Amino acid sequence: MILLTLMAIVVIAIVTQRSLFGVVILSGAYSFLMASVLIVYDAVDVAMTEASVGAGVSTVVLLGTLALVKTREARADARQPLALFVALVVGAALVWGTLQLPSFGTADAVIHRHVAPYYLQNVVPQTNVPNVVTAVLADYRGYDTLGETTVIFTAGIGVMLLLRGAWRRAQRNRKDA
Amino acid sequence: MKADLILRIGTKLLLPFILLFALYVQFHGDYGAGGGFQAGVISAGMVILIGITFGLETAQRVAPKTLVEFMVPLGVLIYAGTGIAGMLAGKNFLDYSVFSSFAPKGRERGILFVELGVLVTVSSTMIALFYAFVERGRPQ
Repeated sequence: MILLTLMAIVVIAIVTQRSLFGVVILSGAYSFLMASVLIVYDAVDVAMTEASVGAGVSTVVLLGTLALVKTREARADARQPLALFVALVVGAALVWGTLQLPSFGTADAVIHRHVAPYYLQNVVPQTNVPNVVTAVLADYRGYDTLGETTVIFTAGIGVMLLLRGAWRRAQRNRKDA
Repeated sequence: MKADLILRIGTKLLLPFILLFALYVQFHGDYGAGGGFQAGVISAGMVILIGITFGLETAQRVAPKTLVEFMVPLGVLIYAGTGIAGMLAGKNFLDYSVFSSFAPKGRERGILFVELGVLVTVSSTMIALFYAFVERGRPQ
């Protein structure tokens, strides 16, 4: 609860902040809080990913972006009733969706009755790997993880092409001029 | 640009532990939390930390750009190659039981191989992103 309150404070700070440098640092802080929440939920793998990607790498990449662009947020027109309406409706729909969720840690929730018992009983005899999360990710759902790896590969190649290609064009233009 | 003395010494002290932790997360993924993705990001974080503190040139001496860009597709190839090895042995794509005569042992090995592939692609992609952004920001 304390963590969630802190997260809400950070979000409000991000919204009111005009300096983009502050926003980047605050979103790093938000990621660390999120990682702490995930540790409270015993999801250490996800917490590790959140701390290293959300707070570490993406903060650095965003700072790198800030070095390339202006660091002040452009002042937007504050009166947009349609945007407010959409935000409220989507927010209300999300809250409404959570109302039907089983409470946290319920043993007979749907998610614990489908494939989870099969994995828990069969992972060690079938794969020799005590960590069920690893076995599910790399073996039972190996095809999905291959897809994820390919997504990272594609995204990396795309960013490299975009940044370098534009840079080369600028070089060429400078030479021509 | 030279970073502060405390920053430089502190970074130097931290670096081996970050790398060790990344390797631990990678090879202990079968038993504890984590796996290729987390290890990849942590090891990439080490190179990025070097880049922030000691400058891009030092980071590129540690992880040369050509090597990093070679590793981006290499990881996907390791992963897909593991799958194709299963096909060549007459089983399904990504069926790891072929890596040992005892099927669970083979699946354990297969998981190690694909996690290695994930590690290679994730870490090199993160480093390559960092290089791309920093080099773009350089006044040429």
